[in-house]
Amino acid sequence: MAAEGGWVWMYGVAGGDLKPFADGVAGIGGTPPRTITAAGLTAIVGDVGNREYGEAALRRNLEDLDWLARTARAHHAVLESVARRGSVVPMRLATLFASDAGVTGTLAERAGDFRGALSLISARSEWGVKAYAVKPADPAGEPGRPEAGREGPATGPGAAYLQRRRAQLTASNDARAEALASAQAVHAELGRFAVSSRLYPPQAPDLAGQQTPMVLNAAYLVSDERAREFTAAVADLTARHRFLQLTLTGPWPAYSFVGEGDRSGPR
Amino acid sequence: MTSGNMVGPAPGAVRRSSAGGPQTANLADILERVLDKGLVIAGDIRVNLLDIELLTIKLRLVIASLDTAKQVGINWWESDPWLNAQAADRAAERSGDREELEEENRQLRSRVRALEARSHDGG
Repeated sequence: MAAEGGWVWMYGVAGGDLKPFADGVAGIGGTPPRTITAAGLTAIVGDVGNREYGEAALRRNLEDLDWLARTARAHHAVLESVARRGSVVPMRLATLFASDAGVTGTLAERAGDFRGALSLISARSEWGVKAYAVKPADPAGEPGRPEAGREGPATGPGAAYLQRRRAQLTASNDARAEALASAQAVHAELGRFAVSSRLYPPQAPDLAGQQTPMVLNAAYLVSDERAREFTAAVADLTARHRFLQLTLTGPWPAYSFVGEGDRSGPR
Repeated sequence: MTSGNMVGPAPGAVRRSSAGGPQTANLADILERVLDKGLVIAGDIRVNLLDIELLTIKLRLVIASLDTAKQVGINWWESDPWLNAQAADRAAERSGDREELEEENRQLRSRVRALEARSHDGG
C-alpha cells in the first residue's frame, strides 16, 4: 500500500508470470519496487512521498536537471532489471496513482492494450544505433594560419585564406553529404534485421558527450534470436562506411515500441 | 569522444548498456526514451511532460528531426561551419568582409609602391 500522503509510481507492466525481484534494485527515492497483480498482468510499482512527487513538487522537480537525471536513471534501472527476466511495457516517466486500487483498476481497464503491447515486444529487444559523421582530414590547413612563402603582391594572406576556405568548405560539404547518405544506407540495412524501427532526432553534441556530429539516432526492435546477426551487421557497417562511426546500445527495455495507437494521454 | 563506445570490427567490442549497470547508459539516451517514449496512461497526477519548460528548452536534444536535418543540412551544431549551414553562411559573410579588407589592403599597397617609386624618382 502507498504510505499516507504518498503516491504509487508505476514503472511498467509485465505478464502475470513475472519472476520476483532478486537483484536488489533501489528504485525511485531508494524504495525497492514491488508488484501488483491483476487481470493476469503484473504492474511494477514503487511507493513515493508526496513532498517530492506530489503534483506541485513534481512540476518543480522535473525542471531540475539533476533530479530529473537521478529519477530517470532510477526508473530505467528498475525497468532494465525487469526486462532481464521477461518482457515489460515501460511507462512514460512520472505515471503516478493515488493508491494501489488505481493501479489495479488501470490494469483491468487497459488489459487489452497492455497485452497487445506485450505480445509485440515478446522475445524481442530494443537496440539503439547512433551514427556520427567522421570529420574528414582538413585538406588545406587551418583557416587564417599564416603560411610562409605564399605571400606576394598578387596573393596576399587574405587571398590565400579565401582559397583555403573555399577548398575547405567544398570538401566539408562533400563529406557531410556522404555522411548523411551513409546514415540513410545504414538505417535501411539495419531495418532488414528489425521487426520495427524508430528514428530519434540527432542529439546535441553536449548531451551526447560526443564532439563529432550525430547523423543517425535510431532504435530497432529486434527478435532475440536475430540479436547476434544484428550486432554483427552494425560492426560490418562500421567497417564499410568511412565517413561514419557507429555506436550500439542495448538491449533496452522496449521503450520506443510500446506507444503505438495510444490516445489516452498527452503526447 | 569516448573510443570505448565505438563499435569495432568484432561484435565483442559492442557496448551493451546492461553489461555495466544503468550508470553506463548515456543519460541523453535514457531521457529521450523515458520522457518521449514509453506507454502513456492516465494516472492520478496529470503532468504533461511536454509542458515542462526544461524539456522544451534544455532537452531539445532533439533540435531538428532527421528529416529536417536531411533537408537543410544539419543545423543543430551551433558553432561548426562544417555542420551548420547558418554558421557556414556567417563564415562566408566574414570571408566577404575579408575580401573587402583584402581589396583595401591591395589598393593601399599599390599606393605605397607608387609613393615609394615617386620618392625614388624625386631623390
